[in-house]
Amino acid sequence: MGKVIVVTSGKGGVGKTTSSAALGAALAQGGEKVVVVDFDVGLRNLDLVMGAERRVVYDLVNVIQGEAKLTQALIRDKRVETLYLLPASQTRDKDNLTPEGVEKVIAALKNAFDWVICDSPAGIERGATLAMRHADVAIVVTNPEVSSVRDSDRIIGLLDSKTLKAENGERVEKHLLLTRYDALRAERGDMLKVDDVLEILSIPLLGIIPESMDVLRASNVGAPVTLADNRSAPAIAYFEATRRLKGENLPITIPGDKRGFFGKIFGRKAA
Amino acid sequence: MTDVLTQPRPIRLKGRSFLALALTPELPVQDWLVRLDDLAARSAGFFLRRPVVLDVEGLDIDRQELRDLVNELSTRNVRVMGIEGARTSQLGPDMPPAMTDGRAAADFEAPAVSEKTASEKTGAADPVQSVVMEPVSGAATTTPSLVVSRPVRSGQSIFFPEGDVTIIGSVASGAEVVAGGSIHVYGPLRGRAMAGTMGNAEARIFCRKLEAELIAIDGFYKTADDMEPELRGKPVQVWLEGETIKAATLG
Repeated sequence: MGKVIVVTSGKGGVGKTTSSAALGAALAQGGEKVVVVDFDVGLRNLDLVMGAERRVVYDLVNVIQGEAKLTQALIRDKRVETLYLLPASQTRDKDNLTPEGVEKVIAALKNAFDWVICDSPAGIERGATLAMRHADVAIVVTNPEVSSVRDSDRIIGLLDSKTLKAENGERVEKHLLLTRYDALRAERGDMLKVDDVLEILSIPLLGIIPESMDVLRASNVGAPVTLADNRSAPAIAYFEATRRLKGENLPITIPGDKRGFFGKIFGRKAA
Repeated sequence: MTDVLTQPRPIRLKGRSFLALALTPELPVQDWLVRLDDLAARSAGFFLRRPVVLDVEGLDIDRQELRDLVNELSTRNVRVMGIEGARTSQLGPDMPPAMTDGRAAADFEAPAVSEKTASEKTGAADPVQSVVMEPVSGAATTTPSLVVSRPVRSGQSIFFPEGDVTIIGSVASGAEVVAGGSIHVYGPLRGRAMAGTMGNAEARIFCRKLEAELIAIDGFYKTADDMEPELRGKPVQVWLEGETIKAATLG
């Protein structure tokens, strides 16, 4: 039985799709069977980031409405053979996602894959709530700035109330993924610092992805950053986040900082 | 056949008090009704969907007259949910039930009087006041309280008009806590906290770290801009003195 992960944020443009693709590719390179599901019906992007846009025939909405079989809609990655994509529909709207349909698809994917990564649309409406509905684990993608942090807080509230796990009295495991982090700007006070964000959101940190041209470059060539250049700084950060996701206890490094995260905290207190 | 008791669980009966509008009619009833019409004309829908109690304490009318009055009111869309201060002989089974133990509460704001009508009717106080009905409540009066042991996230609202609210964790920016009594936040208060909302000026707000967007006690409020900057980020208590919100650091 696979694990269902939702990659969510509330705010748009913070890096949900990039992170979904990067984490999916990183997990799949470890030999595990991964499917990344695009829930952003009407505004699909994941196919572009994963370089599969020219191979889309059927999509999530077709499967939900019984027009195609799940196996017909799944697209296998050309580079990593355990990585699959279930694209969203670009022509339909979000109302075509039904709770029953989503439940069926997720149940089928859980049986066939080790990891089901749901790339949530921005916002808190139907698409986003359905994407998080069946999640075991939530990755909350946040940029170090106030509006993104507040929207993430809102999403965490929804994860604690609107998911199946929450309704059954359980908790969705939540992780914070801080993206587009620029150490220099944080130090200058143009950005929130890591510990400020952590203090406000109070959920465990999965990783810090540095702001980097490599991410943009990877998107433009249609490759997840963990596949395009796996020695780049963002790729390394995503690989480390993946190891933490699998339960490994790895110290977190703040990009642009030689000391570890905790060393930094203690270093400051001593001063 | 005997009925089998399949559900051993008893039906829960609870006492609860609500705020209602109390009307005190005066004799002669026809004149009073004219004044009521006048009031209703100034504000269409003033009585619409409001629970109304008729206070007939000391009013010398018999059962038929009282029944006529209730009917008159219902033609004016004033639905009487209960009658206070009536003798048993005045009430029939077809009439609203008798209500007892009413407690006075803050007066309802009567619709604004236009200047013309005000000059015509000086001295004629609007016979509109409110009472709190308290149905028989068995248990001794303990102040109810609510403990929330997780952070209140942006967009979430904790609404507890019955009493105190204690939050173990933070109240995020964009979240709100509304309490009939005091509010205690063991963490940073970044959202809104409204204490004493049911008319309790004694209510207070306590927090570990004041970064609130808005604080209010008994309807008096202060936004972040109006708060003393030196209190920000400090453990603070907030209370009401007259009509001013006071705040001071704790400990």
